[in-house]
Amino acid sequence: MHEVQYKLVRCTINGRAVEKMIDVRASLTDMLRNDYSLNSVKKGCEVGECGACNVLIDGECFNSCIYLAIWADGKNIRTLEGLLGPNGELSDIQQAFVDEAAVQCGFCTPGFIMTAVEILESGKEYTRDELRKLLSGHLCRCTGYENILNAVEKTMKKRLGKA
Amino acid sequence: MYDIKALYEAKSVAHASELLLQHPEAKIIAGGSDVLIQMREGKLAGATLVSIYGLDELRGITMEEDGTIRIGSLTSFSHITKNPIIQQHVNVLGEAVDMVGGPQIRNIGTIGGNTCNGVTSADSGSTLVAYDAIVELTGAEGKRLVPIREFYIKAGKVDLRPGEIETAILIKKESYEGYKGHYIKYAMRNAMDIATCGCSANVKLSEDKKTILDARLAYGVAGPVPMRAPSAEAAAKGKPVSEETVNAFAKAALADINPRTSWRATKEFRLHLAEELARRALKEAIRQSGGDM
Amino acid sequence: MGETVGKSVKRVDAFDKVTGRARYTDDICDKNALVARILHSTVANGTVKHIDVSEAEKIEGVVKIVTCFDVPQHKFPTAGHPWSTDVHHQDVADRLLLTSRVRFYGDDVAAVVAENEVAAAQAVRAIKVEYEEYPIVLDAVEAMKDGAPQLHKEYPNNILNHTSIYKGDYREAIKEEGLIKVEGWYDTPTVQHCHIENHICFAEMEAGRIVVTSSTQIPHIVRRVVGQALGIPWGKVRVIKPYIGGGFGNKQDALYEPLCAYLCTQVGGRRVKLDVSREETFVSNRVRHAIRTHIISWVRPDGTFAARKMECFSNQGAYASHGHGVAAKGMGAFPQLYPCDHVECDAYSVFTNKPVAGAMRGYGIPQAMFAGEAHIEDVAKALNMDSLAFRRKNMMPVGYVDGFSKNENYFDSLNQCIDKGMAYIDYERKLEEYAKDTGPVRRGVGMAIFWYNTAVWPISLESSSCRMVLNQDGSIQLQMGETEIGQGADTAFAQMAAETLGIRVEDVHVVSSQDTDVTPFGLGAYASRQTYVGGFAIKQTALIMKERILKYAYEMARMAPYEMDIVDGKIIRRNDGRVLLTLAELAEEAFYSLTHSEHITAESTYQIKTNAYSFGCSFAEVEVDIPLCKVKLLNIVNVHDCGRLINPALAEAQVHGGMSMAIGYGLSEQLLFDEKTGKPLNNNLLDYKLSTMMDHPDLGVGFVENYEPTSAYGTKALGEPPACPGAPAIRNAILNATGVGIDRAPITPHVLFEAFKEAGLI
Repeated sequence: MHEVQYKLVRCTINGRAVEKMIDVRASLTDMLRNDYSLNSVKKGCEVGECGACNVLIDGECFNSCIYLAIWADGKNIRTLEGLLGPNGELSDIQQAFVDEAAVQCGFCTPGFIMTAVEILESGKEYTRDELRKLLSGHLCRCTGYENILNAVEKTMKKRLGKA
Repeated sequence: MYDIKALYEAKSVAHASELLLQHPEAKIIAGGSDVLIQMREGKLAGATLVSIYGLDELRGITMEEDGTIRIGSLTSFSHITKNPIIQQHVNVLGEAVDMVGGPQIRNIGTIGGNTCNGVTSADSGSTLVAYDAIVELTGAEGKRLVPIREFYIKAGKVDLRPGEIETAILIKKESYEGYKGHYIKYAMRNAMDIATCGCSANVKLSEDKKTILDARLAYGVAGPVPMRAPSAEAAAKGKPVSEETVNAFAKAALADINPRTSWRATKEFRLHLAEELARRALKEAIRQSGGDM
Repeated sequence: MGETVGKSVKRVDAFDKVTGRARYTDDICDKNALVARILHSTVANGTVKHIDVSEAEKIEGVVKIVTCFDVPQHKFPTAGHPWSTDVHHQDVADRLLLTSRVRFYGDDVAAVVAENEVAAAQAVRAIKVEYEEYPIVLDAVEAMKDGAPQLHKEYPNNILNHTSIYKGDYREAIKEEGLIKVEGWYDTPTVQHCHIENHICFAEMEAGRIVVTSSTQIPHIVRRVVGQALGIPWGKVRVIKPYIGGGFGNKQDALYEPLCAYLCTQVGGRRVKLDVSREETFVSNRVRHAIRTHIISWVRPDGTFAARKMECFSNQGAYASHGHGVAAKGMGAFPQLYPCDHVECDAYSVFTNKPVAGAMRGYGIPQAMFAGEAHIEDVAKALNMDSLAFRRKNMMPVGYVDGFSKNENYFDSLNQCIDKGMAYIDYERKLEEYAKDTGPVRRGVGMAIFWYNTAVWPISLESSSCRMVLNQDGSIQLQMGETEIGQGADTAFAQMAAETLGIRVEDVHVVSSQDTDVTPFGLGAYASRQTYVGGFAIKQTALIMKERILKYAYEMARMAPYEMDIVDGKIIRRNDGRVLLTLAELAEEAFYSLTHSEHITAESTYQIKTNAYSFGCSFAEVEVDIPLCKVKLLNIVNVHDCGRLINPALAEAQVHGGMSMAIGYGLSEQLLFDEKTGKPLNNNLLDYKLSTMMDHPDLGVGFVENYEPTSAYGTKALGEPPACPGAPAIRNAILNATGVGIDRAPITPHVLFEAFKEAGLI
């Protein structure tokens, strides 16, 4: 019989220190969805091509489907669920996705928003073309990307006091 | 959930060597963007893995005393692009790896993985070959330095011996000092793609910017592994900066390369591209060096 | 009229979707569900001679293996069409749950149910299948030839169906003197929908029935198909549709719901999840028909048509799915968009050993517009006439009525759309300026128009049902059989309901999920039908609801119902506008009155027997780098007349998505197959070139709002139309830039390399 290997994975998820025994075969997507019920982490291809499972690890974006869960040990992980304010209020970038009609089927939305968070937290101002490149690791079939780009650009400008 | 038979996490480079010798069937996993995909496809299903992802000592870029640039093998593409040493001395490498996949892939993909998988389309490959990079390998018996051109053996196969891992990529001062380079990735999409043809050219001009003192050209997907184009280089070396030189350089490259026809592109199309890209890459490298093009 | 329709209200599901709370199929499936995986055939044509499952059965965690030799032999149809009680109009029933007669690389041969996904995948790999292989045919025209491999014995020469439209006397008309003949063959590729959520479903038994939760566009239809496939009464099946991550027509077929339901019955009714991989989605779900179109136009020097002929050969793939409907719809556009007295049209749907073609956004029209609008450009070139002037001279005139659908062109929509698009892109100036380009990098502008119908009447049933339930606070629940698949249907439904009821849109709670046990019957998301057809049911039901509310209000306000109205959630007196009571006050009384307690609800079905033309155009501007054989799309705009806009912001967003799909169709997307084996070569999102954000310019959108007179709220088709005109507009822009007309999509660098060589440009 094959013996399943486990590892204790201690990490911070959305600001909360957590630990669990994790099957070493699990992807970070598996761990976040199955062990922590963070269902915003979506599965669209499971090979790092669509970006639906994107999360922030120590401030950088990763496709969690091709990231082993055990590597998360000691890391600070953020998912879409962590963006809401204490009273359930939307963050500016979430609100921008609502206001700009940047959401359709909603399946790519969590991944896009998390990349937007990395972009916005850099505090830098980017041109529209630079933003296209920074957001190019996500596929969307509904929106033609137009309103997603608008939502990110407008939020960036707002944060920089330029809108 | 991946079909992993067993997974061992290396705590140090020496430990990695030990694990690899203990489990000769094991595959090394660095960032996982190749290994995990092959595992899911079934090619590596049921494999034993030795993870070196946790070896933070293999991350980062430093300048050694003799001016050699040392890139830790686990340094991610995005960190290479953002690194000031790279930006100052081999900016083209930062630009090349900034064309790999998309942002998330550039955060997980490592230069070590990109070289060790022996893939001709690797966006770092042609530029490293063009800069005579040296691969540092560490095994149970210590370090070994291999010029990258020799490191590539054939498609998918590199000179990595049992118990060895790649620990760094080195670029010597004489390889980069005075050179400016340009990389063109030709692909079907502007992001999330692999190169149909990749072309990296760099050049060193005379002080008056009128003469090409040295020119180097390397390709990805023009043969089974990333490769140099010595005939092209010879056609430009010592020649005046001119359209004629650039054209002769680009034409000559065709003698050096041997792309193949696959469903992704025909040999004929890749040859056509190789010439056109060499022309454009050299021109841009000359421009960046202050030459008039 | 109320204040809601026509406003860009925020999506009713936006909050849940930007917080990760919106629950999709996998999110509601128990993590401990059994996992099913399918073994797909590795030959494109053949028969399974033997299957050895002995090794697979030994794998720990394997619960059940079912092969093609075990499943019931009821053939069933899969198309997301309304059932027809006329046996001659029913969809072709040619599928089995698993099959021993495999007809494409990726056909379904066996299935494993296991305790976890690793065991399931290992078991699938461990099953050994022995095939008897037959020759294959991948091209529709080849497949029609005598001696070609035959896929289904009931269909000689692989012809699933052949229909024609003949008008006037083509053969006589072409004898007219002085005619110019323009002829072309135009090819469109096999492409896939690429919704980001793959198809997924899970099934479990409850109270002796099978409950299937599925990522589908058509829950009520899936219920029927599961019943047919398993040979059980349809009432024994319950289908639940939660939020879905896009569909675009792929999920307008019963995909793996029947198999999943069957597997559930084979493991004692335990919950079984069937999560389709991306690689399987590309091959073993549905694709868009590749269509080869042959067009001949006979034109007079004055720029009028004497006669036209069109034949199209539609690659149906291995099974009938939507049948001939797609090719027939494409053919139908031909004589209507540019009417001509003498026309011959023939459409063939042909089986080949390729993945099954079904519905995909546009249903034959993206193919027909690529061919038709490329051809119109070629005709204008042959006449040395401005192509826009040529279109304006020949396109469907105002007042045109189609004899079959009875659709009427009420407005000058096409000209209005063209005018708007021209202005947006500065077409005339650029056309002239770019004509001077002679260097290696050249620019060009081009355009195309399109034709589209709304919904499926009179080909099939069109009906929609709606239920409204009053809550204690005066708000209502709205339930529709029509489904939200990302397009914003729920929001449009809420707006229409609020408008007619006279309440605020936030007081309409749309029950987004469909459950065939409780949701009124509806057909689902397809044919750009929902806002149009759902609108009738909503209006009718809201009027019934309002009448009931006002009848109750009579008891409280002592005014005759017809003297009262509901405005902004309040019951008012019509003649002076005085507020008599609020709807909330009325609702509370109605629920809890000790003298007359009544739960006020309304439910009704509306059968629609109209259809409506939807029109528009696309203008594109490109820059072609000739030595690199590369096209850069600089600018693109779509202009649509879809009648009155229910929600302008969502309409615009929907157009963006269709344009993006059209850009991929024109320039980069195609599913490739090995010619010898039929094996798919690029069935993943890396090798299949769906546009990324870096492959688009900003997308321009314009609307012309002519109130559609047949429609409950003045609206008509917009879901699919945006995907129709973009690819030919890009093709025509490349032609204008380089002088090279490419007659196949997608116009990839590989295609341009060959064409530019031939033209002597490189």
